[in-house]
Amino acid sequence: MSVSAWEVVIGLEIHTQLATKSKIFSGASTAYGAEANTQACLVDLGYPGVLPVLNVEVIRMATLFGLAVNATIAPRSVFARKNYFYPDLPKGYQISQYELPIVEHGELFITDAEGKEKRIRITRAHLEEDAGKSIHEGLDGSSGIDLNRAGTPLLEIVSEPDLSSAKEAIAFMKKIHTIVRYLGISDGNMQEGSFRCDANVSVRPPGQEELGTRAELKNLNSFRFIEKAINFEVERQIELIEDGGKVAQETRLYDSDKNETRAMRSKEEANDYRYFPDPDLLPIEISAEFIAATRATLPELPDAKQQRFETDYELKSADAGILTASRATADYFEAVVAASDAKTQLAANWVIGELSAALNRDGLEIDNSKVAADALAGLLNRIHDNTISGKIAKQVFEAMWAGEGSADEIIAAQGLRQITDSAAIEAVVDKVIDANPGQAAEYRAGKDKLIGFFVGQVMKETQGQANPGQVNQILKDKLSK
Amino acid sequence: MSLYSQTLTELAVGLENGEFSSVELTQALLDRIAVHNDKLNAFITVTAEQALATAARADAARSAGNAGVLNGLPILHKDIFCTRGVKTSCGSKMLDNFVSPYDATVVERLADAGAVVLGKTNMDEFAMGSSCETSYYGPVRNPWNLECSPGGSSGGSSAAVAARLAPAATGTDTGGSIRQPAALTGTVGLKPTYGRVSRYGMVAFASSLDQAGVITRSAEDAARMLGVMAGFDERDSTSIDTPVPDYVASLGDSISGLRVGVVRQHFDEGLDEQCGARVKDAIAVLESLGATTVEVDLPNLDLSVPTYYVVAPAECSSNLSRFDGVRFGYRAEGAVDLLDLYCRSRGEGFGDEVKRRIMTGTYVLSAGYYDAYYLKAQQVRQLISDDFKKAFADVDVIAGPTAPTPAFKLGEKVDDPITMYLNDIYTIGANLAGLPGISVPCGFVNDLPVGLHLVGTHFGEETLLRCAHQYQLQTDWHLACPQGFV
Repeated sequence: MSVSAWEVVIGLEIHTQLATKSKIFSGASTAYGAEANTQACLVDLGYPGVLPVLNVEVIRMATLFGLAVNATIAPRSVFARKNYFYPDLPKGYQISQYELPIVEHGELFITDAEGKEKRIRITRAHLEEDAGKSIHEGLDGSSGIDLNRAGTPLLEIVSEPDLSSAKEAIAFMKKIHTIVRYLGISDGNMQEGSFRCDANVSVRPPGQEELGTRAELKNLNSFRFIEKAINFEVERQIELIEDGGKVAQETRLYDSDKNETRAMRSKEEANDYRYFPDPDLLPIEISAEFIAATRATLPELPDAKQQRFETDYELKSADAGILTASRATADYFEAVVAASDAKTQLAANWVIGELSAALNRDGLEIDNSKVAADALAGLLNRIHDNTISGKIAKQVFEAMWAGEGSADEIIAAQGLRQITDSAAIEAVVDKVIDANPGQAAEYRAGKDKLIGFFVGQVMKETQGQANPGQVNQILKDKLSK
Repeated sequence: MSLYSQTLTELAVGLENGEFSSVELTQALLDRIAVHNDKLNAFITVTAEQALATAARADAARSAGNAGVLNGLPILHKDIFCTRGVKTSCGSKMLDNFVSPYDATVVERLADAGAVVLGKTNMDEFAMGSSCETSYYGPVRNPWNLECSPGGSSGGSSAAVAARLAPAATGTDTGGSIRQPAALTGTVGLKPTYGRVSRYGMVAFASSLDQAGVITRSAEDAARMLGVMAGFDERDSTSIDTPVPDYVASLGDSISGLRVGVVRQHFDEGLDEQCGARVKDAIAVLESLGATTVEVDLPNLDLSVPTYYVVAPAECSSNLSRFDGVRFGYRAEGAVDLLDLYCRSRGEGFGDEVKRRIMTGTYVLSAGYYDAYYLKAQQVRQLISDDFKKAFADVDVIAGPTAPTPAFKLGEKVDDPITMYLNDIYTIGANLAGLPGISVPCGFVNDLPVGLHLVGTHFGEETLLRCAHQYQLQTDWHLACPQGFV
């Protein structure tokens, strides 16, 4: 079997939970984690006689997304009922959009395996309500239904089958993930199911125009699983075809424990959803004025921000990418830069390095960082003006993280101010050279690497407080004499 | 004059003048219900205790000077309106055990106005029927002839109002379910413009056609009721935010110069000849009041019944999916698995007519049939709407028969759904086009009442009510009381 003998074709359907306070068609809260069925009102429960009323906030959110991916916003879109029976679907139908979705014809650019920019078309994005959850554990063999999630607003984003590998699929999905969080329309929390995807996967011989039969992979709720599931499925299909078999059009479930996909239901068993326009809801009508007003609120998007970071802050592309992966990180970085005299690359190194490490260690989001942006800027200023070395700065940072005060307070309290007095450094250097005549001779005989040893000795003597640049220079001067 | 024979308007005056209390009135009507309902089977639930308590509060409110516009006046609700703490069955075994946890907007508004609810009326199961024979609670009988149907689906409401068990009752009209039973029982039945009255809390049959309305004995009473029931409701996205006029205030205005459209096709074959004669007499009365008649054409009228029987079942098949035995309503015992639970709960909980419509609706929405049926029906619906629009360019109201025949015998059509469906041929158009319609008693054929049907423009209820009221000032058909209920 050879993967390269086959072309992989992937299309994604990404379900993004919109960050509204209340549900899409009722006033019930959307907060995650409440006790089962405490956040389901009569509308969510599908009681006789109740009617849906659209939460208009979702229109703004969907429009914002559409604009962010350069899509068409439908002047008129229609809610439709998707009819099927399931216990977690109280009304026996899901309110979704079918023929006339709110967003169509978008695009997004990712970087492919050769490092080239690749355009991925977004077929559509439509609004719909989420279903509830079935609970099978801990109920003595019965099943329970939790309808807290029923009616939570979703934006289902559907791509064209333009993705050619699991890696591209992940890149696309990550980009969507970044965008929806930039726009503030979703928290993107994958553990809580706020961001999940189905993948349509097929393979075909290169050059063949016709698409192969696809399998739809369900239940993909982490980037890692998506990649593994797609790769598993691609290999399964190729093996199947090479062994003379045929891929069946079916829905397959990914089992992360066994790292395999298995058939859930075939096309023959598939529901006929009998979509038709929901007579309880009026069509959504969106004016050009609304679109213009919404466009005016569009924040700077990740690609543009990364570009600007590279240009304005003269950052390495990779660093700019990391810093702009989330809006909060980018904002933090810019706040540091604004409050500090240090070089922007130094600020970038610190945000990506020390700060991120500390946040990860404590499991904190950058918004809740124990060292605020202006505090970090204060620390960088002391590096910049040579009050402390970069190494000492790490020590100061840890103290700041532990809440011991500002950089200046800690430097003063711990006496960490850098020694920049040349005479003082010279005295130490002389002492170190005198104490190590053998190494001095070797250095002078041409073993340049030994300079590190001498720097280390001087730093040790000065408890790391000597200015490293000066130490270096003085050592070289003295040793060359 | 005995209390029960008075209209809502007359009773309002009596209460206001302190001639009797709401408790006295309520008790009198409850006594009458106790005596007569066995003959009619018009009620699914009589809420005697709550009614007397509400009446006492209404009397107290009046003493305190806080009387609402319907303060202390007894009314009935069709059992399709959700009423908090009271069974809301929709005439179905499926909801026989369903006690609603909330009030429908209509129920809430009438309660806020001080009305006293005596009980909930029998109806065709989920409002699917034209004879009240599909009810799980047995058929309703027509007070004019107990062997006859009172029409449907709001037949419990029409029978009760005709028999003077209450002066007013709510109803719902999806294809004629208020107007046809009003015609068959000699009462006034008003279906407002789609969107005029909130559908919130009204158990849905066909959402794009359902509209709440009222059955009374006079147009004036209907005006009084509608004024309270109508108006925008933020809980119903299809309710329309347009001001509610004072429907009573303009009733006295002359209809001189009113242009009355007469539809040629209405008097073609299918209409009972004598019914046609009564309706023509009624139109002559309107002319005598200064109205002019204009012949109008509704060329697609014959398509209204087939169109309706695609659209309504399609919506019903989806609306009734929530009755699955999981959260409320009937649940079959001993289900072995989920599918068994669904199949048996629905199989045992729904009656034949409901099943017939769910299956029809499921079929017309199915892949491969949607375009040929549902989509086509929506296109025809648009044509029918356009026909009305064209006709209303020349006329203010359209007059004709409400039903093709007077009340028919119970059992006569129950096994022939097509004939039964044709009973709504004159009324369905207004539902498809979202227009208001009213049926007004206009005479008798073989001692059975006949109804004059008036259809108005969108939000033209004032004109309809005024026209009906002016007609009733000239006639006394609505004052006739069925023998045995005098």
